[in-house]
Amino acid sequence: MLEFFTSTTFQTVLSALNSGFLKTLQLFFITLIGALPLGLIISFGSMSRLAPLSRPVHWYLRRNKREPGKIAKLLIAFQPIRLVCRLMVWIIRGTPLVLQIIALFYVPGIQKWFNWPSGEAGRMMAVCVAFIINYACYFSEIYRGGIQGVPTGQREAGQVLGMTKSQIFRHITLVQMIKRIVPPMSNEIITLVKDTSLARVIALQEVIWMGESFMKGNSGIAGLTWPLFFTAIYYLVFSGVVTVLLGKLEQKLAFFQ
Amino acid sequence: MAILEVQHIEKHFGATKVLEDISFSLEKGQALSIIGSSGSGKTTLLRCLNFLETPDSGTICVQGETLFDAADPATQRENEVRRKRLHFGMVFQSFNLFPQYTALKNVTLAKELLSQERPDFKANKKAILEEIQAEGRELLGKMGLSDRANHYPHQLSGGQQQRVAIARALALHPDILCFDEPTSALDPELTGEVLKVIRSLAEQRTTMIIVTHEMAFARDVADQVIFMDGGVIVEQGDPHQVIEHPREERTRQFLSRYAQN
Repeated sequence: MLEFFTSTTFQTVLSALNSGFLKTLQLFFITLIGALPLGLIISFGSMSRLAPLSRPVHWYLRRNKREPGKIAKLLIAFQPIRLVCRLMVWIIRGTPLVLQIIALFYVPGIQKWFNWPSGEAGRMMAVCVAFIINYACYFSEIYRGGIQGVPTGQREAGQVLGMTKSQIFRHITLVQMIKRIVPPMSNEIITLVKDTSLARVIALQEVIWMGESFMKGNSGIAGLTWPLFFTAIYYLVFSGVVTVLLGKLEQKLAFFQ
Repeated sequence: MAILEVQHIEKHFGATKVLEDISFSLEKGQALSIIGSSGSGKTTLLRCLNFLETPDSGTICVQGETLFDAADPATQRENEVRRKRLHFGMVFQSFNLFPQYTALKNVTLAKELLSQERPDFKANKKAILEEIQAEGRELLGKMGLSDRANHYPHQLSGGQQQRVAIARALALHPDILCFDEPTSALDPELTGEVLKVIRSLAEQRTTMIIVTHEMAFARDVADQVIFMDGGVIVEQGDPHQVIEHPREERTRQFLSRYAQN
């Protein structure tokens, strides 16, 4: 048994899997850094009440002393920012991430819009962009639930105390929202840990690709099946660490109800 | 001159008329009680005064300054409304304390944020914040909550929470303090301690508007009582007269229903 762990084969496989896992980690953290703030922006967008046609239509109706008809009502209710954001969330959440990765990586080149940098760097870049957009959309819905879950009375209490909208968000809503979203966010982040493996669909050399390569022979050794299954340990350890950290955050926010 | 002058306030929610031609005035140092059954528009009226709702017509003047005029959009600009709100303090039925802050921080937060707008804030930051803290502690002391300053809202009883909310509203020194059914969410045992605090505020001549279902309290504390029904002021006047010898039939019906319960 011990001989197996000290064998050169094991050492080769381990260092290959490690370098693959490093890419997995890279993708994981870049996605979080990009998607957490972008998701908040999208959530604000999908709650936006901006209706640019409301004023002119009301003005027109008043001037002509007319009651609003069907078309007027539609124009008044037209909220472009909300519409665009919700449409985007629908499309991104409604299609497979694999498809989004493939499309983002190949279509720009086929359509001659632009080319990703060649090699591993370009693949990494395309995958990161796809992951950030995809996860931002999922996060945005979690944020929206968190913000809308804070009772209206909290905002009103801030308003009557003369606070600005941004002060109310930063000093009152934000922490209460974070407390509410930690459990659903944890779910999503654990899913992200494992979703990073989808990047292998465009041959990004992350840990699953590396494990598989020992079966196919891309790494000089062929016919080994155990490295592929050995990758599970990486995911288990990593999602364990993430679970513990998020649990700590939850405990930290337990000082209020 | 009256400190508050409300004229011809009207408010609709869609097709429903919630307030109709509401006019009244309030002198400095006086307490006004608003009574009436649920859905009569009392809360909406308070929310209009605090700019949480925008009336469809009418004017609101404080100390001679027109704060709101439905006919003049210039009085409804967002950033000015924020300043105007400071004329009024508001104590909510459900307290609405900020759960993530201690009692003291609940009281001082708004003032700390406002002080950041002072030109000398950067230079005297420490002194200003210490002063606000001291004032906050003093207010909590007046509410009988000195030993609860560092407690979080969920560690306090309902009565204590409401007293923190009163201290929070007082911290900004509003011209007029509004109470929206301050004891309705409390069980009878805790009602007394909150009413005692409001009573002592009345004795100190704090200008107040109190929406309440506590008839005896309204009669004893207020200088003026308004009875509302269906969005209109039915009867208005001296508390003893309105509550003990109402002139209007509707007031009489309401009060007798109350006496029965």
